[in-house]
Amino acid sequence: MKINDVILRTVTRIVVFIILTFGVYLFLSGHNTPGGGFIGGLVLASAIVLLYLSNDIETVQKSLPLDFKLVAAFGVLLATSTGFGSLFFGVPFMSQTFAYFELPIFGETELTTVTIFEAGVALAVVGVVVTIILSISEDV
Amino acid sequence: MFSVTFAIIIPFIIAALVPLIYRRFKFFHIGWFVMLVPITLFIILARLIPSIASGKTFVHTYKWIPALDINFTTYLDGLSMILGLLITGVGSLVILYSIFYLSTKESLQHFYCYLLLFMGAMLGVVFSDNLMVLYVFWELTSVSSFLLIAFWHHRKGSRQGAQKAMLITVSGGIAMLVGFIMLHMITGSFSIREIVATIGNFTEHSLFIPAMILVLLGAFTKSAQFPFHIWLPDAMEAPTPVSAYLHSATMVKAGIYLVARFTPVFGGDQIWFWTVSGVGMITLFWGSFNAVRQTDLKALLAYSTVSQLGLIMSLLGLGSIALQFGYSNNSILYTQATFAALFHLINHSTFKGALFMVVGIVDHELGTRDIRRLGGLMAFMPFTFTVAVIGSLSMAGLPPFNGFLSKEMFFTATVQIMKADVFSVQSIGIIFPVVAWVASVFTFVYCMIIIFKTFLGPAQPEKLDKPIHEAPIGMLIAPMILAAFVVGIFFFPNLLGAYILQPAMASIYPTFGNPANLTPSISAWHGLNIELLMTVGVILIGFILFNLLKKWKPIYGLLSSKYTFNAYYNNLLSFAEKQSTIVTNGYMTGLLRDYLVYIYAFFILTVGGFFFYSGAFSFDPSTNASIRVYEVILVGVMAIAGVAMLFAKSRMTATLLNGVLGYSIAVFFVIFRAPDLALTQLVVESVTTALFLLAFSHLPDWKKEKVSTKTKMTNAVVSVGVGLVVVLVALSVLNYDQFDSISVYFEDAYKLAGGANIVNAILGDFRGFDTMLEVVVLFIAGLGVYTMIKLRAKKEDADIEN
Repeated sequence: MKINDVILRTVTRIVVFIILTFGVYLFLSGHNTPGGGFIGGLVLASAIVLLYLSNDIETVQKSLPLDFKLVAAFGVLLATSTGFGSLFFGVPFMSQTFAYFELPIFGETELTTVTIFEAGVALAVVGVVVTIILSISEDV
Repeated sequence: MFSVTFAIIIPFIIAALVPLIYRRFKFFHIGWFVMLVPITLFIILARLIPSIASGKTFVHTYKWIPALDINFTTYLDGLSMILGLLITGVGSLVILYSIFYLSTKESLQHFYCYLLLFMGAMLGVVFSDNLMVLYVFWELTSVSSFLLIAFWHHRKGSRQGAQKAMLITVSGGIAMLVGFIMLHMITGSFSIREIVATIGNFTEHSLFIPAMILVLLGAFTKSAQFPFHIWLPDAMEAPTPVSAYLHSATMVKAGIYLVARFTPVFGGDQIWFWTVSGVGMITLFWGSFNAVRQTDLKALLAYSTVSQLGLIMSLLGLGSIALQFGYSNNSILYTQATFAALFHLINHSTFKGALFMVVGIVDHELGTRDIRRLGGLMAFMPFTFTVAVIGSLSMAGLPPFNGFLSKEMFFTATVQIMKADVFSVQSIGIIFPVVAWVASVFTFVYCMIIIFKTFLGPAQPEKLDKPIHEAPIGMLIAPMILAAFVVGIFFFPNLLGAYILQPAMASIYPTFGNPANLTPSISAWHGLNIELLMTVGVILIGFILFNLLKKWKPIYGLLSSKYTFNAYYNNLLSFAEKQSTIVTNGYMTGLLRDYLVYIYAFFILTVGGFFFYSGAFSFDPSTNASIRVYEVILVGVMAIAGVAMLFAKSRMTATLLNGVLGYSIAVFFVIFRAPDLALTQLVVESVTTALFLLAFSHLPDWKKEKVSTKTKMTNAVVSVGVGLVVVLVALSVLNYDQFDSISVYFEDAYKLAGGANIVNAILGDFRGFDTMLEVVVLFIAGLGVYTMIKLRAKKEDADIEN
């Protein structure tokens, strides 16, 4: 069955960028406002799923040559390894810390180790969700 | 400052790198690279020998989970130094040997990865001060040895041997874990040093004896003590370098180490004395007695290892009696048993390691280890023969080899123990020298078997697949170095005594003052005394028994094979398999619906049952906030959607109605000002709906099934029950005060974590461990879905091709 999906594709092209930006925003703002690694990752994943829905898998693979299994694995590795990082400072496993820095453009910025951990969470979520959806859809 | 922690971590890091390096440099034997690890560690440790000998210890703590008293504390003292040197020293030689033993056609990257894992785990066991950390490494040695024993996993014997070793040592390890937890309940500490320092106050505690027995179970299973020794001969299916390393020098010594380490904790007790020395004696005798009947050289060595481990174990038991007396000239006499144990520990590693390598050479070059097919190898393999003679004679306890010294000290200890006037030793103490002497006779016999049946007599080249020839020089280096140690230690034993054994004695008898007093001077000629006469007797009777071997060997056939411990083990295993198959087949119906019933019924029983039991189903609705109009409307919408789902005509309708439920929950979150949850719920709902639509095409047509009234009733009861329990739990949770509230943390989220978003402060900062594991679970689930679909797809393709 051939469906006319011009509208879907055109809309997707714009919307995906909005969703991706929104996902990154959610991820970064999570420390102080609603958002965070899990939900940011989910939003990013939903944008990628939308891409796959409106285009076929091969096209997306060409422009986004990522093995999402590896993305998930890398995310899990990043999240777990941040836990070990704290051991080198003589504090308990999984301790997080934060500090304020004066950065050139952003001014005084808060940098936290939680962000690295959350990045791992986000990548794991993106990887897992896209892997599951891709493998089920490829099976059709 | 150097930290011993690195010595533990380095092997693990290199183990992770081995597969990567292997892929890059296929042409060269990866063993050369791996060998650098134990050599480096050995040098680092050896450089610390003088400071350890001067009484220094190295402690380093990394906080891990301080809330649970679990810290990564490493501790290097005399006792762990001995084991550390053996692990790295013998490890280097074994790797050197394995380079020539294993060809590059084998999957070397796996082999060396497992070997390094094992090495790191062993170092972790001996350097850990925290019992929980020790336990983790302890089980890791079981797991990595499982992988090593099953290295040639295409053989059935390898798989079975690995399984047996794993089952026995891991169950012992779990018993040990319980013992450790009991120790923590008694003393309030997981740190071995702290326990040793305070144990005097707790010897009357009711858990003291159970903890002791459980810890001993761990030690006995690991060190293959009777009746758990049955795994060791089967583990001989492993490649010979593994046998030489795990089953002579390191893993089996972990149990010995544990007993030595816990001697200051439990040592003064009667039960400890009798259990350790008794089990050791039985193992010594049983191992040596059974070694004689073996026709496979490696099996013979396995039983001989069992017996020698029993010897060391019994010596530790005998030495522990000194703690009963406290420090005095009288007790110094008994500490010499412990000294002999440590001395023999080192000696055994040298001569048994050499012997295993010799057997490996014979097997590798001639293709068999069966003594019935071997003989007369002396003329063809002079170097191998020399090493074999040195190793065997040392094991038999003859001069001028180190085994002689420690065996004489063993005889001394058994004779001395009869003079002790506690634990009613005097009445039955005579049994110690008698068993020791009889076992030594059998030891002598099987050592003669190794020499005479393998290397002397007529050669039988017609029974061999390969021509008889000497091994390549590379394979001979490692056993020759070990043999050199066997001779060297005989001539300079006091050097070893002063630098290595003396500090170890200090860690076993921390209250006995100057360790120099605990270190006897070892001399090869110790006068014409009862020990020497015993040795002469061993040689005479041993030779007679060896020559009459054919006459008395039939006594091994007297015991029916039905009554051996191996048979018991096999029966137990097959019984467990059969029963669990029956049980599993009972509930694994293959119907998702059944599984859901089990899960939910279990949920009702446990959660509901616990709340009911603890009287937590109590709530007071009067303090709740009043219900607003939107909430009533939303609940109404959700209720309608839920009920409508039951009567839906098509699957699409049901999916949409399910979506209504999900989005309504999100609206609830908005109303209750939980934007994080609302966002998550919305996105999750969208993604799962997309997933469901994808899975749509796989599902069969939606049709009303006719199910029996009984099933319907069960389903109704279970579903209503779950609903009720959830509602009740939700209501009573407000009044539940069994645990302290953790809300104080979250109120300070901005101060403590620098985050204004409390939800994320919980997820990342306060409960980061939970989140980490959740991510891991998510990842595993994702992999599960992926493999299930991909594997099934492949299988179907294959079916089509056929």
